[in-house]
Amino acid sequence: MNIADLELSVTAMPTRFPLSRGTATAGEWESAALAIAENHGRLVTIWASQKRNGQFVVSAVYDIENGELLWLDLPILKKEAKYPDISSLFPAATRMQRAIKDLLGIDADGASDKRPWLSHGAWPEDYFPLRNENTGKEKSSQVQVDDYQFVTVAGEGVHEIAVGPVHAGIIEPGHFRFSVVGEKTLRLEERLGYTHKGVDRAFQDFSAVEGYRLAGRMSGDSTVAYSWSYCMSLENIWKWRVPTRALWLRAVALERERVGNHLGDLGAIGNDAGFAFGLSQFMRLREDWLRLNKSVFGHRLMMDYVLPGGVVGDIDPEGLLQIRKQCDEIEIEVHTLQGIYDDHSGLQDRFLTAGTVPKELAVRLGLIGLAGRASGVAHDVRVNAAAEPYSELAVNISVREGGDVAARVDVRFDEVFESLRLIRYLVENLPSGSNRKEAAPRNSSGSSAGWIEGWRGGIFTALDVDSTGQILRCHVHDPSWQNWPVIEHAVIGDIVPDFPLINKSFNLSYSGHDR
Amino acid sequence: MMWPLIRQISKVGIATEKPPLVQDLVASGRIQDEILRIMGRALTIREVDAGSCNGCELEVNALGNVYYNLEGLGIKFVASPRHADMLLITGPVSRNMSRALAVTDEAMPAPKIVVAVGDCAINGGIFGESYASLGGVSKVLTVDMEIPGCPPESFVILEGILSAVRYRLKKRPD
Repeated sequence: MNIADLELSVTAMPTRFPLSRGTATAGEWESAALAIAENHGRLVTIWASQKRNGQFVVSAVYDIENGELLWLDLPILKKEAKYPDISSLFPAATRMQRAIKDLLGIDADGASDKRPWLSHGAWPEDYFPLRNENTGKEKSSQVQVDDYQFVTVAGEGVHEIAVGPVHAGIIEPGHFRFSVVGEKTLRLEERLGYTHKGVDRAFQDFSAVEGYRLAGRMSGDSTVAYSWSYCMSLENIWKWRVPTRALWLRAVALERERVGNHLGDLGAIGNDAGFAFGLSQFMRLREDWLRLNKSVFGHRLMMDYVLPGGVVGDIDPEGLLQIRKQCDEIEIEVHTLQGIYDDHSGLQDRFLTAGTVPKELAVRLGLIGLAGRASGVAHDVRVNAAAEPYSELAVNISVREGGDVAARVDVRFDEVFESLRLIRYLVENLPSGSNRKEAAPRNSSGSSAGWIEGWRGGIFTALDVDSTGQILRCHVHDPSWQNWPVIEHAVIGDIVPDFPLINKSFNLSYSGHDR
Repeated sequence: MMWPLIRQISKVGIATEKPPLVQDLVASGRIQDEILRIMGRALTIREVDAGSCNGCELEVNALGNVYYNLEGLGIKFVASPRHADMLLITGPVSRNMSRALAVTDEAMPAPKIVVAVGDCAINGGIFGESYASLGGVSKVLTVDMEIPGCPPESFVILEGILSAVRYRLKKRPD
């Protein structure tokens, strides 16, 4: 299927990946969603805005076919304040639509689940932070009332286990409600939004050139991916040509971010299966990795390294050599550890079949990114919508069919080796030139998008700036929105003690989701 | 199967580094001994993410790796606030987490040490104050020690934790 088949009036946008944009009527909104769903398209994200003239607009981005994106805007009447539901076609839209209601007070007409999502009762029901009449700084003295209506499971011997938002370990806050019989999980319901910080509104206090700093703090583990996605949108709007060397340096940072997170996860997943050796070995490698980040990029997590026009600093030949050398060292170590993981029967016994998401379910629910690839969904923005420098790199996508913890571990091992290969190639063939385009901020208004494959999956940014260089609206989308609901399915039938292991094998972002 | 494992362990050896020097604390001997003297037992910490971007969590988590070997210093993170001496908080306090944070604080036995980790926990950081964010931890709890940074590096957090213990020593001399 092509975008042309949808018979909508759309314009191709001058982005670094194929993206067309058009305005739809309510009828077109519904028929486009139906046609895209029937032709195995994916929902990337859905959000809403209020324009300065008061007009509400709901926007959705679809992945039509392996990287060709369609951005649809649906202007809606203020007095109606509703738009046609698409969650019956794209289950992943459910929570996004509930979030739209919480932020703007406009309804998905026909949606079956209309419970609040980001709003936990800490501010009045009729307060909508993204509306023009509000500044986002209003402080409610309302005492938080926690009366969220969880779905209950009835039957003989069924009981509930409530976990969170404060968990046993050092992890982000979220609430999990298990309905169990004995040890077996019958149903899991997640409640998120605890780390909601009002970021969508906070972006409007930033100038376009400074917004990358906030974008880089959506989810600290993906700071490079977020800031690149943000900068890509802004550079598209301002038609900035970023030096090739800068793009290559961004890719070095992005692949290093991927490796750093995969190393940490491989250790933590081993640990959640009772294999402390794995944690201690992989955390040592991760620490070595972060220390080189610090000495070469100036920050252990590489925060604020990517900025509009390029990257903050160049890497000298000595730094490039160290990066190259570390890739070789880490590769040998990870090979050894992979052998130990693969041969450890106790570990494999916990990994295999735990938290299985079959491909059919993954496709239906819209599972994406690393977890999607472990369930046979062959999608990776670096491959399907490769922007420079990935268009020259020919990334080998890692796809596994198992859909279980073992498959998510295998994809991580594959991707560590592939990223090490890419980093070596990038530093050995780094083009000469500047690491940053020196230019004054433009004063042209407009909107555009960025799409970057973070270690977890695709991170999409939609940015709208005015002619004074101020952000009008910035929507940043974390792949965790798609993947969180899938965990509720992945755990069904597994025992409760497998939940931490399964959850860690996805390792989704709370902050990136809650914003 | 055990052989490659043992070989790897012996190849790596002991990677633990020297802990940071904190005045008055390490001068008189091993940190473990000092903590034992002050606390009468191991220092136990309950960590709460009150709305962080997870950057601080990554650096707090890294304290458990072999280089910092936090548990080797007699410091450990515990699951229950009832077992904790120190409340270590990251992130701006989101409205949605403020109640859970207060409940965690109430569950901790007194005397306790409250430490704010990272710029957000100190003053709201880049997220500031809004309808959704209350700002720094001091808006809701009395903070004994602040550890700045975005995020503060693991080593700096360790220094801060040790300084907080020292602060406790000064506050309540034994």
